[in-house]
Amino acid sequence: MMDFAYWLPIVWAVILVAAITIYVILDGFDLGIGMLFALERDQGRRDVMVNTIAPVWDGNETWMVLGGAVLYGVFPGAYATLLPAFYLPIVLMLLALIFRGVAFEFRIMTRGTAREGLWEAGFMAGSGIAAFSQGAILGGVIQGIAVTDGAFSGGAFDWLTPFSVLCGLAVMCGYALLGATWLVWRTTGVLEASCRKWGAWLAVGLFLCIVAVSLWTPLLHAPYLRRWTAWPNILFVAPVPVLVVVLGLLLAIGLRRGHSGGPFLCALGWFFLCLSGLGITVWPYAVPPSLTLWDVSSPPSSQFFQLVGTAILLPIILTYTIYSYRVFRGKVTEADGYH
Amino acid sequence: MQTAALALVLARFQFAFTVGVHIIFPAFSIGLAAYLAVLEGLWLKTGRQVFLDLYRYWIKAFSIVFSMGVVSGLVMSYEFGTNWSVFSRKAGPITGVLLSYEVMTAFFLEAGFLGVMLFGMSKVGRGLHFAATCCVSVGTLISMTWILASNSWMQTPRGYTIDPATGRFMPDDWLAIIFNPSFPFRLVHMGLAAFLSVAFAVGATGAWHMLKARRAGAIASEPVRVMFSMAMWMAAIVAPLQILAGDAHGLNTLKYQPVKIAAMEGDWETEGRASELLFGIPNMKTERTDYAVKVPLLGSLILTHSLDGKVPGMKDFPRDQRPPSPIIFFSFRIMVALAFLMALVGFWSLWLRRTSALFTSPVFHRVALCMAPAGFTALLCGWITTEVGRQPWTVYGLLRTAESVSPIVLSSMAMTLAAFVVVYVIVFGSGLVILLRLLGRAPEEGEHNPSPAHPADVLATHTHPGIAGPIPDEGA
Repeated sequence: MMDFAYWLPIVWAVILVAAITIYVILDGFDLGIGMLFALERDQGRRDVMVNTIAPVWDGNETWMVLGGAVLYGVFPGAYATLLPAFYLPIVLMLLALIFRGVAFEFRIMTRGTAREGLWEAGFMAGSGIAAFSQGAILGGVIQGIAVTDGAFSGGAFDWLTPFSVLCGLAVMCGYALLGATWLVWRTTGVLEASCRKWGAWLAVGLFLCIVAVSLWTPLLHAPYLRRWTAWPNILFVAPVPVLVVVLGLLLAIGLRRGHSGGPFLCALGWFFLCLSGLGITVWPYAVPPSLTLWDVSSPPSSQFFQLVGTAILLPIILTYTIYSYRVFRGKVTEADGYH
Repeated sequence: MQTAALALVLARFQFAFTVGVHIIFPAFSIGLAAYLAVLEGLWLKTGRQVFLDLYRYWIKAFSIVFSMGVVSGLVMSYEFGTNWSVFSRKAGPITGVLLSYEVMTAFFLEAGFLGVMLFGMSKVGRGLHFAATCCVSVGTLISMTWILASNSWMQTPRGYTIDPATGRFMPDDWLAIIFNPSFPFRLVHMGLAAFLSVAFAVGATGAWHMLKARRAGAIASEPVRVMFSMAMWMAAIVAPLQILAGDAHGLNTLKYQPVKIAAMEGDWETEGRASELLFGIPNMKTERTDYAVKVPLLGSLILTHSLDGKVPGMKDFPRDQRPPSPIIFFSFRIMVALAFLMALVGFWSLWLRRTSALFTSPVFHRVALCMAPAGFTALLCGWITTEVGRQPWTVYGLLRTAESVSPIVLSSMAMTLAAFVVVYVIVFGSGLVILLRLLGRAPEEGEHNPSPAHPADVLATHTHPGIAGPIPDEGA
């Protein structure tokens, strides 16, 4: 039983990080497309942008619900500590996601009326605010929160620091890059050309953000620094920054040489590396710098019951998610709209 | 201390407000998804155009309702932690796991096949498309099952032990947790409520178009008549069933939560041969129900199915364990009154059918139109009754609401409450307006002909950026 209590939280931490990664990647390009509305003013092309994600965005957002639910069921201590700590940015994010989510339908349904502009703006601003909030929350988790007796004991604005703001901007930049490279892959013509251009700028911006966050993070807490510099850890973690640079070069080449899906894959690779890097940094804490995975996890009976279901259901979910993406594969053009 | 008490009130109000708005949409989706599956199935079986027309008409409303349900539901999955962190820490090992199962068995299923359902009619073929519709419909039902298991566990907790060190609820027996005593009753009652709500919404839409056609001196189109007829069949069949299910649920509540029943009935003294109050104003301070209008013996008859059965009174329970009777006394009565009204409309429709007057009685059509919100109102009142009736507990008899709340400062709670109200009024108010305009347009015969050359033609508005959508159409 001791072993169970030790291993189950580790297995769950891996599943949770995987779910968060899938969420960030999938909803990342959705939110990015919303932000790119700021750069693309043409209604026809905006419709193409939305049409590339309309059939799948709802499934993408479900991964976020899963993240919340897994945290609630498996790491209730973390759920009960982190959510009050990030109360304001979480509410902000949820409200932003409401505006953005309904804008998919509402902007079409109000087309030609005065209120269409409201939903176009809601789609754009909602996407940007949601992305910023997610980054700020992530930054806030990394910098750590005040905990007394296993419960949050800090102030309402503890999360708001230069570091969390930087993380918020980094995530905005990153999501916009995912959106731009997704559109490079899924669209043609003027829109594709614009996205190649925007993608290049966003890639530069995100690279600078990654460098800044990477240099800043180890300075936040001594264990973070040791994780990355102590021997022999350094042997295992050194490939991460190297791969970031390699993927950056591939991304630049892909955008310039007219590769279709390559840039998107490179951007995904960046997100994967960044999230892995963050995971390496905060391990084994669920609520840095005080509560570990084991401090916050639910009893093994809960974790095990949920694991059985997850082991069966997650592969099924992935299968039909891939199926649904395949149904809507291929380039989307304005002509699709007019036939 | 004073501000903490106020913060608790605001946390409760915020949760009640957001969940109250949310619950409308899943209920709408449950009923409408099932209706769409029936319509598509009938179309495939009979090949009659009218069923496809209706499918395409209602799927537009469905896409709006569903997206509002998704975004308002996302809020709920995080609000347990933001507003009720102590509850989530202690009950998370049980309720969090049930919620995770809901996400994995239902939400992904709905979301995964919704895209195919809305946009994929010509991409996947009829059989697969019907399968996608069924997956979405089944997903909504699975979702309801898990969330009601979780909710019912909070009402009648079973299958747990309490860890003495941390006060956490440790799961012992998952079958006992899921199939707790109030779960089957709540599941049936809620499922029927969702179907009934949608039946009256669809019926009112049909009634509106029949009245409009009549005013224009025309006969309502076939899709309108078929939708109205189907809705009234549902009303006639489901409303009486719902009354029976509600009665059974009431007996179950009497057994496991007698003080809730006492508060619903405004009864203070435990007595046999109890009367039923038709009206009154329960006063929690003086322990009396003022201005009571009573029917002798009916209270015992309803609650025990015998004239001299014993009915509980609130005085049998300590003051700090009584739910606020004035709220649930009224919410319960509104629900029951609406239920009988809906059953009456159902019987009336049967009578009109006998004389072939279902499509020609403007009086009945006006009544059906006015009944549009009846199902949803009854459903909300039912939820207020059962949730307020659970007070002052989150986990019944074990964890008090006052001890479940998060350490959120009053100013944050007040600020976010205001933000929620403003955003919900704008977003869901607009959603309602859009929905009403959409339904204000009559379904056309041959609505958006199916053609493999037109991808995504089910929701034509999405793929006709250059062509006016249904709202400008309607304005023209």
